[in-house]
Amino acid sequence: MTAFGTGLPLRGGFGDGVSWFSVRDFEYLDWRVDELFLQPGEVVAVMGESGSGKSLFLRAISDLIVSSGLVEFEGVSRESMRATEWRRKVGYLPAEILWWEESVADHFLGIPDEDTLARLKLKPDVLEWETSRLSMGERQRLGLLRLLDRGPSVLLLDEPTSNLDEVAASRMEGVILDYAKRAQAGVVWVTHSKEQAERVASRRFEMADKKLKGLANV
Amino acid sequence: MSSIELSFWDIGLGALMMALLAGLLASYRLGVSKTLLIASARLVLQLWIIGKVLGFLFEEGHEWYIPIMALVMLLVGGREIMARQKRRLKGWYSWGLGMATLCVCSFAVALFGLLVVVRPEPWYVPQYSIPLLGMIMSNTMSAVSLAMDRLSSALYENRAVIEQRLALGESGSDAIRGYARDCVRTGIMPVVNSMATAGLVSLPGMMTGQILAGEDPERAVMYQIMIWFLIAGGTGFGIVLSLKLMSRRLFDERMRLRLDRLG
Repeated sequence: MTAFGTGLPLRGGFGDGVSWFSVRDFEYLDWRVDELFLQPGEVVAVMGESGSGKSLFLRAISDLIVSSGLVEFEGVSRESMRATEWRRKVGYLPAEILWWEESVADHFLGIPDEDTLARLKLKPDVLEWETSRLSMGERQRLGLLRLLDRGPSVLLLDEPTSNLDEVAASRMEGVILDYAKRAQAGVVWVTHSKEQAERVASRRFEMADKKLKGLANV
Repeated sequence: MSSIELSFWDIGLGALMMALLAGLLASYRLGVSKTLLIASARLVLQLWIIGKVLGFLFEEGHEWYIPIMALVMLLVGGREIMARQKRRLKGWYSWGLGMATLCVCSFAVALFGLLVVVRPEPWYVPQYSIPLLGMIMSNTMSAVSLAMDRLSSALYENRAVIEQRLALGESGSDAIRGYARDCVRTGIMPVVNSMATAGLVSLPGMMTGQILAGEDPERAVMYQIMIWFLIAGGTGFGIVLSLKLMSRRLFDERMRLRLDRLG
């Protein structure tokens, strides 16, 4: 994979040879990831069998589990930021979204706009609902909105469409890609679907044997 | 006026009650009769020893026996807090944390009681200081161990929710505030309840003791009220402090939930 092949530089592009978002010599538990770079607005996919450590990778980047290595955003290392600030910039979306307050709205800082709600086929009054009555699919769609509500610059998405049918999944993809474009946010998208990876990502990786490997473009 | 002296035979008659109860429980195969008998034996032994110790303390009156006594109470109290928890902090933290809480809260409250409220002459006279410290410490100990046990269980059961809240950029204390509040409530409720029903349903132990010993009931009541305020103070401050220390230990410098620090 070269810079010529994709039309996108693999590194550089932010300042003087510094990556906008980078993960280097990264280790968590038994895993080791040599490098992963992102440019503003770029989407990369991470595939791999279940249990291969994809979710752990995302949790390690967002600093929810102990990891070592160099993780930088806009040239500033993760460790020189407060953890809360880091996680607001680098937002992690778990595969199974949990709710703790009584109503949906209590989990939001702002109010998601009606167009986005409509695009995801959510009722306009969904924010007033009790969280206990949400279906799995609704939980997942609202979970994404809950994350976007914090305005993260990097999205770490763990199978964001796993509970959705094909139509709903493609709407969800649209919302994510639009956000990435509009906010110039980078996205690390974990998926088990090869088709989805090819649709949404400019580069694809595979987590196998506790390592992250780049996959050739199709 | 003095109370009627009880002989060993009188105690033996009282112990008959335990033997009957143990027999009844054994017939139901509940498996608690052995525990009951052991607890009874411990009660007899421990109180017999403490009777001797206090007698010695009051007679000899060496003032540096008092801090030694207080230290022993502190060590045992801290160990008891640790022993009553299902998921305790690894290493010395569990014992140390309980002891630190007892040390700060019980000692401070007992000192306040002695120096400011009761003012015996001298202030550390063991007839006042040891029972006062004992009552405050035992209540604080129960409440603190209950609250800490609840907090570690709550964080363990809700670890996935807490992680998702952290992932959205919340601080550890924001993410666990709801659970910590519940724990404070749970810990302090027994004291609040017994204060609310004091005199109506039960006559508090210390007051009963003083009345049996021939003290004027109204004076005994005054003492009991004061003691209860001190107990409630020690308990409440102890719970808050122990939960603060514990939640600080369960998050690391990068605001990660570290349940691996629980055994």
